[in-house]
Amino acid sequence: MSAVQIIDLHKSFGDLEVLRGIDATVESGEVVCVIGPSGSGKSTLLRCVNLLEQPNSGTIVVNGAEITDPDCDINAARRRVGMVFQQFNLFQHLTVLDNLTIAQRKVLKRDKADAERTAMENLEKVGVADKARVYPATLSGGQQQRVAIARALSMGPEVMLFDEPTSALDPELVGEVLGVMRQLATEGMTMLVVTHEMQFAREVADKVLFMDGGVVVEQGPPSQVIAAPRHERTKTFLARVLDPINRSE
Amino acid sequence: MSHGQEAGPAPRARLSPRKRQRISRGVQYAVFAAVVVAVALAADWKAVVENFADLDVAKEAFPELITIALKNTVIYTLSAYVVGFVLGLVVALMRLSSIAVYRGVALAYIEVFRGLPALVVFLIFGFGLPVAFPGMKFPFDQYGTVAVALGLVASAYMAETFRAGIQAVPRGQMEAARSLGMSHTRAMVSIIIPQALRIVIPPLTNELILLFKDSSLVFVLGVTSLTTELSKFGGDLATEYADSTPLVLAGAAYLVITLPLGYVVRRLEAKQQKAR
Repeated sequence: MSAVQIIDLHKSFGDLEVLRGIDATVESGEVVCVIGPSGSGKSTLLRCVNLLEQPNSGTIVVNGAEITDPDCDINAARRRVGMVFQQFNLFQHLTVLDNLTIAQRKVLKRDKADAERTAMENLEKVGVADKARVYPATLSGGQQQRVAIARALSMGPEVMLFDEPTSALDPELVGEVLGVMRQLATEGMTMLVVTHEMQFAREVADKVLFMDGGVVVEQGPPSQVIAAPRHERTKTFLARVLDPINRSE
Repeated sequence: MSHGQEAGPAPRARLSPRKRQRISRGVQYAVFAAVVVAVALAADWKAVVENFADLDVAKEAFPELITIALKNTVIYTLSAYVVGFVLGLVVALMRLSSIAVYRGVALAYIEVFRGLPALVVFLIFGFGLPVAFPGMKFPFDQYGTVAVALGLVASAYMAETFRAGIQAVPRGQMEAARSLGMSHTRAMVSIIIPQALRIVIPPLTNELILLFKDSSLVFVLGVTSLTTELSKFGGDLATEYADSTPLVLAGAAYLVITLPLGYVVRRLEAKQQKAR
């Protein structure tokens, strides 16, 4: 059974059709990277997978549950899908530890000790356990994003979604976040990642989706999509991203 | 070349900007001082002291000024503040609801109670409601009526403050909460409202100051010697002794409460400015 199955997904914002019939699957344990120019709909696709955006039509099945079914318990479905945002979105009024425990306690009804144990394990995993008692505003962007990853992991998700997780970071902080993601991948986490980090996609992804204009133009293993793209649009995009100075229009 | 200065360097101003500014400032201070002195000389100080600072009359105002009047003002204000706070939060949430009916009701409520003078609301409560609902009584008598009437007025303003605060919390906070499986309500309670409250503490404290002053309108409901508040108390005593000293004392009692609150607001605002 696929972890995520997307069938003929359409999404419009007013007159603007952002997704124009997307079909994609993420197998269990797979890392799928979505690449493409801005405005291609890749973030919208990701946000549809946990219904932060409501699709206009199409089907999304996450671990056997059809979340696009109007009768689906969306809160229950989201519990099994972790999400990491570009802007981290840590809860500013809570300490790092409370950021990780609040949903465990309020949603999963874990007791305090249990939730804190899980939280500390995950903070340890991403290397910010020493920051458990401070407020997010005092952390660097890289630390905040690692806390955000730990927060999502604390819910025990079956799938992790990453929406351009390094795009808001200073260049020297990108590595620490990608390192954590790489580690998650080797542990067998199912991941759907929207990213501009071609190096990461090439080395970590099992599959790469290239999107442009609301459709999947090309998909396959990175050795194919990134190293030997077949479509003209993919080639143009990669040329610009990989060699931004001598970009060929 | 008859105009030699056209070719030469610009003529030096007779006064530098700095000097001009200093002179202008000096004139402003002089005018201000002159006005103060003129007012001070024109006033009949003997009459002022007699009428506004008569110690014998002042003695008569104590201890009731504190034990009854100030106490009641504080009770009226705080109880109305609690009612206004709870009601305001509810109305703000209705105003932001996805359900159009709730939004409409909340908007109408805010517009009506924000538009009506507090005095009119008090008159309606004091004399309109007993006619419409004979036998109806608020709990705690006068205290209950004031808490509800003044609370309604306050809640309209507080609802708008809460709404602004909730909208000032970045959208990503709600998205993050929802992505962790929280329901909309749970996310509001645990994530959004706590952050919104932090944002609106300074304006809400201002609202408390305004409410202290509005509590003086209780007099239109008719108060007894036990339920009187600062303004009414001061006014009555001033009439009794034909001397304004009690009013000065009542005014001072308001300031004893509002000045520290004003200080707290400034501190909180400065703190928020720094946190940004």
